[in-house]
Amino acid sequence: MLDITPLHYSLLSAALFMIGVIGVLVRRNIIVIFMSIELILNAVNINLVAYSSALQNLGGQVFAVFVIAVAAAEAAVGLGIILAFYRNKETVNIDEMSVMKW
Amino acid sequence: MMMGEAIAFYTLATLILGFGILVISVRNTVHSVVFLIINFLLVAALYVTLAAEFVAVIQILVYAGGIVVLYLFVVMLVRLKRPEMHADTRRLGVMGLLLAGVVLLELVGIAVYSASQPALPAAGAARGLPIEGGNTENLGWVLYTDYLIPFEVASVLLLVAMIGAIVLARRQA
Repeated sequence: MLDITPLHYSLLSAALFMIGVIGVLVRRNIIVIFMSIELILNAVNINLVAYSSALQNLGGQVFAVFVIAVAAAEAAVGLGIILAFYRNKETVNIDEMSVMKW
Repeated sequence: MMMGEAIAFYTLATLILGFGILVISVRNTVHSVVFLIINFLLVAALYVTLAAEFVAVIQILVYAGGIVVLYLFVVMLVRLKRPEMHADTRRLGVMGLLLAGVVLLELVGIAVYSASQPALPAAGAARGLPIEGGNTENLGWVLYTDYLIPFEVASVLLLVAMIGAIVLARRQA
C-alpha cells in the first residue's frame, strides 16, 4: 500500500475518467458537460505521465503535452459553438438543443 | 522517503477525486468552474511529484490559466435569469448514483485482481533514476527531433481552431 506503483495512478485515472463520464451523461447544462470532458482528458493525461515516469520514456509526456494542446483547441471551438447557439436560442440546456432532430 | 511519497499521492488523489465529484454535482455553474480550476492545480501538483515539471507548468498555464478562464467567460456571458436550467439534475440523480456504484465495483475488482498478479519488475526499479539535464531540456530535445512533425501539425491545429472560434463566435454582419 505504501509503495506507489503505476497501478495506483491508473486507478486514480480510471476513477477520474468515470467521474467525467458520469458528468457527461447526467448533467443537462452544456457547459458542465464540456467541463466533464476536460476531466476525462485530465484523467488520460495522469495515466500517460505516470507511465512515462515509471518506464523512463519521455513519449508519454510528449503525448500529454499534445493532449493539452488539442484540449485547448477543442475548448475554444466548442465554446464558440455554444455562444453561437445561445445567440439563436437562449438556452444552455441540451434537452432544448434539439433543433435539428426530426 | 517512501512514506512521504505515499502521503503526497494519497492526499492529492483524494482531493482530485473529491473536487472532481464536486465539479459534476454542484448546481451553480460558476462554482463548478472554480472547483475545476482547483482540480487542475492539484493535477499539476501530481505531475510535479512524478518529476514531470514541464507538463505541470504547461497544465497550469494552458489548462488552469487559459481554458478554464475561457469557460468562465462563457458562463458569465450566458448567465440565465431562469433558475430552472438546473432543475433537471435531480431527476437523473438516481442514474448517476447507479453509474457511480458500477464504477466503484469495477475499480475494486481491478485493484483486487491486480494485487494478485506479480508486480511489474520495471516499475519499482526505474522510478528513482534522475533524468540528466532536467525535464524541460530533455522534453525539448525530444519534441524537436523525434516528434517534430506532430509538433508542427499541432501548431496548424491551433491556428485552425483559433480561426474557427473567431468565425463561429463573431456577430453576423
